[in-house]
Amino acid sequence: MNNTYELPLDEAGYAFGFMDEYAKKEVRRAILKAICIPGYQTPYASREMPMGRGFGTGGLQLTLSLVGGSDTLKVIDQGSDDSVNAVNLRQFVQMTCPGVDTTEKTEAATLIQSRHRIPEKPLTEAQILVLQVPYPDALVVVEPSEARRKTMHGEADYSRLLVKLYEDIVKFDEITISHRYPTRIHGHYIIDPSPIPRWDVPKLHQSKALILLGAGREKKIYAVPPYTLAEPLAFEDVVFSVEDFRDAAGIRRACSRCGATDSFLDEFSNEAGEKIYQCSDSAYCDEQLARQTSHAQTTNTEVVA
Amino acid sequence: MGYVAIKGGKAAIEGAAAATDMLRAGSEHAEPLVLDAIEGQLRLLVSRVVSEGGLYHPKLAALAIKQFQGDTLEAAFALRAYRSTKPRLLETPPQNTAHMRVIRRISSAFKDIPGGQMLGPTYDYALRLLDLGLVDENPEDFRAIARRFLADAPETELPDSFPKVLDALRAEGLLPPLKPVAGAPFDITRQPLIFPVPRAAALATMARAETGSLLAIAYSNMRGYGDVHPTIAELRVGYVPVMLPHPVTGEPMEAGEVLMTECEVVAMFEGDAEGKGCGGKPVFTLGYGACFGHNEVKAISMAILDRALQKGMKDGAANPSEDPEFVLLHVDGVDSMGFASHYKMPHYVTFQSDMDRLRTTQAKAGIDTVRQKDTA
Amino acid sequence: MSRKILEVNNLTKIHGRGCPLCLESTGPEADTNICPHCGSVVAAHGVSFDLYQGEILGIIGESGSGKSTVVKTLYFDDAPSAGEAVFFDEEAQYDLYSLNAAQQRGLRNKRFGMVYQNPHLGLNFNVSAGGNIAERLLMSDVAHYGAIRERARSLLVRTEVLENRMDENPKKFSGGMQQRVQIAKALATRPPLLYLDEVTTGLDLSVQAAILDLILEIQHELGTAMIVVTHDLGVVRLLAGRTLVMKYGRVIETGLTDQILEDPQHAYTQRLVASAL
Repeated sequence: MNNTYELPLDEAGYAFGFMDEYAKKEVRRAILKAICIPGYQTPYASREMPMGRGFGTGGLQLTLSLVGGSDTLKVIDQGSDDSVNAVNLRQFVQMTCPGVDTTEKTEAATLIQSRHRIPEKPLTEAQILVLQVPYPDALVVVEPSEARRKTMHGEADYSRLLVKLYEDIVKFDEITISHRYPTRIHGHYIIDPSPIPRWDVPKLHQSKALILLGAGREKKIYAVPPYTLAEPLAFEDVVFSVEDFRDAAGIRRACSRCGATDSFLDEFSNEAGEKIYQCSDSAYCDEQLARQTSHAQTTNTEVVA
Repeated sequence: MGYVAIKGGKAAIEGAAAATDMLRAGSEHAEPLVLDAIEGQLRLLVSRVVSEGGLYHPKLAALAIKQFQGDTLEAAFALRAYRSTKPRLLETPPQNTAHMRVIRRISSAFKDIPGGQMLGPTYDYALRLLDLGLVDENPEDFRAIARRFLADAPETELPDSFPKVLDALRAEGLLPPLKPVAGAPFDITRQPLIFPVPRAAALATMARAETGSLLAIAYSNMRGYGDVHPTIAELRVGYVPVMLPHPVTGEPMEAGEVLMTECEVVAMFEGDAEGKGCGGKPVFTLGYGACFGHNEVKAISMAILDRALQKGMKDGAANPSEDPEFVLLHVDGVDSMGFASHYKMPHYVTFQSDMDRLRTTQAKAGIDTVRQKDTA
Repeated sequence: MSRKILEVNNLTKIHGRGCPLCLESTGPEADTNICPHCGSVVAAHGVSFDLYQGEILGIIGESGSGKSTVVKTLYFDDAPSAGEAVFFDEEAQYDLYSLNAAQQRGLRNKRFGMVYQNPHLGLNFNVSAGGNIAERLLMSDVAHYGAIRERARSLLVRTEVLENRMDENPKKFSGGMQQRVQIAKALATRPPLLYLDEVTTGLDLSVQAAILDLILEIQHELGTAMIVVTHDLGVVRLLAGRTLVMKYGRVIETGLTDQILEDPQHAYTQRLVASAL
């Protein structure tokens, strides 16, 4: 025991981006490699972040390594800027990256970190989307050994994954994979696109924005570079489909808040026990709502005029 | 309207922090814990935290224990996160544990060992009876304990170092000769594990593994899901001087010391593929365990698993404890507790997607049933 | 004369570290396949033969003779220690052991088929019988669910597996039925070359006969070349036009099956034939 040692209380202040510069550089090197080999899971020495593994530490390391003073950051979880985890991550970045602006508006962000959703509003070439990944490897459902999975990826040997789809159709007449839908990138590697719903999978295809995926606990970074093929796994005659938001009568449900009929909807019950559907992307919902209000105002003015 | 499911995150987090802090304080009349008391009186707890946190800093460990209300997983986690902010400036050369200033040293293989057995501080032979005398202790009691101990302490100085029990076995040819390992040891804080990994990577991973996880997997091997059947050649606990090259002269100099537990187990002998060992003779096999702090169960578990993993790397895993991927990817406390906790986060979107699949499937099943009925 | 499909030259497989004395210290004359100097096992050495389109070649021997080693190395389950094998496909020819892992896997999936004695090696017991066949088709880039179903169904019908058991797990099937599913799976991609390793061993006699009939019919219909590995003289008598006799890793006799069975030259073959009568 070293009783003479005093705690370094002056060390409470953290460097910009929390991690030391070497660690950030290393992450950026892994990002470059991931972009060069679309869909390849680039291993890297993931650092411990001050939040739980599984809470987005992989995405956070990507964000912290990329973010600079001129960036505007948006953080969402389940599509919402105000969910507990998004708030937590945003506050952490604000605390450790002074000078970085944050926003809730998708179009205003240069860097978007997200868990489980891709924003409804199409992204642009000027944006980077960082997705948090719990399970980076789509093959884990058919092969537990990472060493063997690595070989399978290298040889693009995905038949066992396809057999799983085949067996699904045999048993259920449907592919039962809901989220984390295996998607083939640039014609070779199949990725786990993170637990985004099927709804968001088509947004990966020929995306204008760079999409980076980070798995902190599993220590992998991979990328869907801009304008890259991203094809969800399916059969020629049993095609991929997104979530169906039609009611029993076959009418597309609308968001009960903004009325949108083209967004992914969250379903929940109100106090009266009625089912309510609402946009999962809260920024999109707000924008639709604002547009309606201003539209309504314009109409009113016109009437008055 | 106005029912928005996931608003109010910020206020909720602040409220949670306040509630947690309130419980940490206990009540307005409670005495705050003093870090020295944690470091001294809860030394085994501090040991777990420095070891699992992978950072030898007992003072910060004590702070983490205080801050996280005694949760070892959280406290170790905080040390790890703290480490992420620090650049690595220097690598120590390999440290020689023969120079350990030993506080405890035993061998279960031999009745007597060169340098002698030294039971030291241990609960091994203590009756686990609650001592009601500790309910109300005061500083005077502590001083009396110290006086009694010092009065009985022998005058003789302990030697600076003790020979390793294994050295004697090796001299007899019962162990494989030491082989120098080429290259720098695998640094798990700078390189991800890509299987197959070298033994150095396995040892480093286990050295900062969560004690309970390591014990559980090692125990499975002891109970029959494995066949290590170890004998503890030597278990030692003590302070290892940390030698660093002097920045100017390059001469090794003592920069400090770390409390460590080290365990070497000897397991049943084996030959190579042709039935012969090194130099044609079968020899015992070895398992090595070591960790920061005083944590014997961890060092023993690690030594057993080291042996099991070496076997698995050589002959293929016959059970989970011999499978490097299975063991090394599941023993880290920070990884596993984080992932277990993350299930508490919202999963609305994925669950929505799950419901969509189930409903679609149910609908199809419904149609099929109708169709079959029609045919019938 | 039909087209040559496979040419094997001096195929050798040694398990263990090997030493310069291994080859001369093992074989039928030495009466062992274990090298007394280094303890390595010479599983096969100097195995050479040609195989022609539509031909069935038998390899016969006791356990430890190296007969299974030969097909295992040809199917890339195991890498040989020395020797070469050339596969003549329709348009191309492949030097099997100079191919990389992915190319080997490609040939294995699309151009070769294997039926193992132990169905656990050939079938994936976590998926249905149809799924097993689908796996091989999917490896060969067939991506139409309906087409895969249809092909799996017709193969199972052809190998006399009840069509309505197609979606069941082969775990529940009898041994004979499992072998039929394995054969269907092996044939899924219409491979020109099929390896059969003790496929009828351990089955009831009546089941054995039915499976051997099936193999013959397939050979007639599809013109598939086959290597049949067995310890059973009856099997080579029925199936194989030519036969290799192996002992302790070496080929000790080779020729037309009838000739070998009627007029064995090597003393070991004579004993083998005599004991079977």
